[in-house]
Amino acid sequence: MFRFQRTSLRRRVALAAALVLSGSLALAACGGGGDSSGGQPAAAKTVSQADIDKAMSTPTDLTFWTWVPNIQKEVDLFQKKYPAIKVKVVNAGQGGPQYTKLRTALKAKAGFPDAVQIEFQYIPTFSLTKSLMDLRPYGAEALKDKFVGWTWQQVVGSNGEVWAVPQDSGPMGMLYRKDIFDKYGIAVPKTWDEFAAAARKLHAADPKLYLTNLAQSQAGVWFGLLWQAGVKPFENTGADSVKVDLNGAESKKVADYWSGLIKDGSVSTDADFNDQWYQALNRGKYATWITAAWGPVFLEGSAKATSGKWRAAPLPQWEAGKNVSGNWGGSTTAVVQGTKNPIAAAKLAEFINTDPESTKMFATQQFLFPVTKSLLADTSFVDRPLPFYGGQTVNKLFAGISDTVDTKFQWPPFLDQAYSDWGETVGKSFANKSDTSTALDQWQDRTTKYAKNQGFKVEQ
Amino acid sequence: MSVNTTDRLGARAPSRADVRRRARGVSHARTGYLFVAPFMLVFLGLLVLPLAYAAYLSLFQERLIGGTVFAGLGNYTRALTDPRLLHGVGRVGLFFLIQVPIMLAIALFAALAIDSGLLRVAKGFRLGIFLPYAVPAVVATLMWGYLYGQDFGLFAQLADKLSLSPPKFLSSDWMLGSIANIVTWEFTGYNMIILYAALRAVPHDLYEAAAVDGAGAIRTAWSIKIPALRPALLVCLIFSVIGSFQLFSEPQLMQRLAPSVIDGGYTPNLYGYTLAFTGQEVNYAATVSFLLGAVIVVVSYAVLFVTTRRSRS
Repeated sequence: MFRFQRTSLRRRVALAAALVLSGSLALAACGGGGDSSGGQPAAAKTVSQADIDKAMSTPTDLTFWTWVPNIQKEVDLFQKKYPAIKVKVVNAGQGGPQYTKLRTALKAKAGFPDAVQIEFQYIPTFSLTKSLMDLRPYGAEALKDKFVGWTWQQVVGSNGEVWAVPQDSGPMGMLYRKDIFDKYGIAVPKTWDEFAAAARKLHAADPKLYLTNLAQSQAGVWFGLLWQAGVKPFENTGADSVKVDLNGAESKKVADYWSGLIKDGSVSTDADFNDQWYQALNRGKYATWITAAWGPVFLEGSAKATSGKWRAAPLPQWEAGKNVSGNWGGSTTAVVQGTKNPIAAAKLAEFINTDPESTKMFATQQFLFPVTKSLLADTSFVDRPLPFYGGQTVNKLFAGISDTVDTKFQWPPFLDQAYSDWGETVGKSFANKSDTSTALDQWQDRTTKYAKNQGFKVEQ
Repeated sequence: MSVNTTDRLGARAPSRADVRRRARGVSHARTGYLFVAPFMLVFLGLLVLPLAYAAYLSLFQERLIGGTVFAGLGNYTRALTDPRLLHGVGRVGLFFLIQVPIMLAIALFAALAIDSGLLRVAKGFRLGIFLPYAVPAVVATLMWGYLYGQDFGLFAQLADKLSLSPPKFLSSDWMLGSIANIVTWEFTGYNMIILYAALRAVPHDLYEAAAVDGAGAIRTAWSIKIPALRPALLVCLIFSVIGSFQLFSEPQLMQRLAPSVIDGGYTPNLYGYTLAFTGQEVNYAATVSFLLGAVIVVVSYAVLFVTTRRSRS
């Protein structure tokens, strides 16, 4: 009896061990291939209007991966204009999960979409792996003037390729609780120095309050703040080389500033977008939220209890009298390399993001912050008062901020790693109240090491 | 065989029976393979092949620039000296040493309590302990994560009412214990059911004999029930080895609540996941998975070796 059980147990152990190892199964599934599908089809040859007309009247099925809610409405407009094209909208997850699926499908060379939503910061990551199509042959260069300058710069590659069409953006500003400011006699800070003084004053007056929360989990905000400070953390200097400068003097200035506020406890560092954080917003733990142009509507849905108490203002400045900002978030529509219907997919990306009716729908129904110049000047959009903000015309404020975003900021071709390394060095220093400046050096080290390990020539 | 048959039958039977038996033997074997075939196909296709492929992958390095190169055992030497992997393995090892004895002790106690017949609501009690196992790990972690919340969680609110400072469940000192608590909550019931089922299989005459010898409930539990549970406890222990070293969902979900405490290398499985899906280092992730598998095999055998040796002596 016991003997029997022992052998069966042993077998079970072996089987279990095999199961353990099969964890690599999932990895195996996406580790295949490795060939790089031969590069671009002999650079940028313009497709003739006749070819485009033909493609747009040939019955075609497109697949479009995006997580914009109810985007079917905009897609319907496209299908009304081009009845031959049928678009299947698939929500393959928001951000990270979608990119993981996309990579897996690209490796498997099956099941990838024709068009896909890609956030600005991920464009170099996907163009490096030759996963996106250059849209120049389909007339994308002509779209340039429709878009706000910096958003267009974000989709242009180092050799002038157009990797995607901008959809929405997130120029950064500051949302603040007017009631709390009034109660403690705090004026809206115009510079970061004023902001620091206000933070210390508020926390001293009520230790349960924080002027803001700099989330230990949010690399996006950090990059936005660097962007505002004029830092160029990454530059793509060539096909196989990248400049990594995460701990330069300008970065350290930003780091020391925040590190000081975090160390004396006047700014909190809770992770964001989780229950705890939503509760804190609703209960008024933070007096400001340093956020992006999509923030106002997001907050309206997430902190209903505080309606009417918020106002919006530009970011505090490093130099008094200046007016610059950074960007956090925003998306584009790109065409996936390997699609059988490049023309139709490119026209889909173009149409939904430039057609006046479609872009207006994005702005008024899905509340995406616009990237087209015409919509940012449209009074029905910018002059709309928002009751949540006491009737302030918040869109107008952010439309103005959008013009102050630096056009030269670049993203690395390995964003996931840079973000993840940030969390384990800089983010960690927020949480531990340790020296952020030292953490910047670690971040630089780890990211450089990774890049070299991946075969990049790294300039520092 | 033919001992009990008549001569007449016995005279005719052997040749036919032999033939039939031989034929049956062959067709038995064939049918046997047929029965096993579906399993073998799935086993080969979904387990052995991917394993072999992962082993193959672990010998290469694919770079973003320059493509795939043969790395030999390079990934393995890197892994064996990778402090993040070693820390992760050490952490789950510690987790195993502390969490598993606690969980099995509670499960054992609960099984004995139910089996003792002294509980009035034994069925309700059994169901109550088992119920958490029916809750998916993801839901359980989200729920506990909410309870642990530093500002607005249940414990924080209770502490606030009593004007105490709430324990920092999500801080780096407490995190492993907080995760251990979730895992214990989830899996005590599962282990209890295994132990309870084994208890039901103990022959009743042993209890009667013990009662005749004047043994009370506690003496019976100590001298009869617990020794009889040894094989079942071993099963629980081995499953726990595997469960502990493969710890993934709980820390992965808690990462959202305490990103600076749980980094990408908190547990070895999480590290493998991070490598593959954040750093695109699929080959190295395969290596890490393989090494983790090896660690589990070794620990499982060590547990078996120690326990069976003790039972023999």
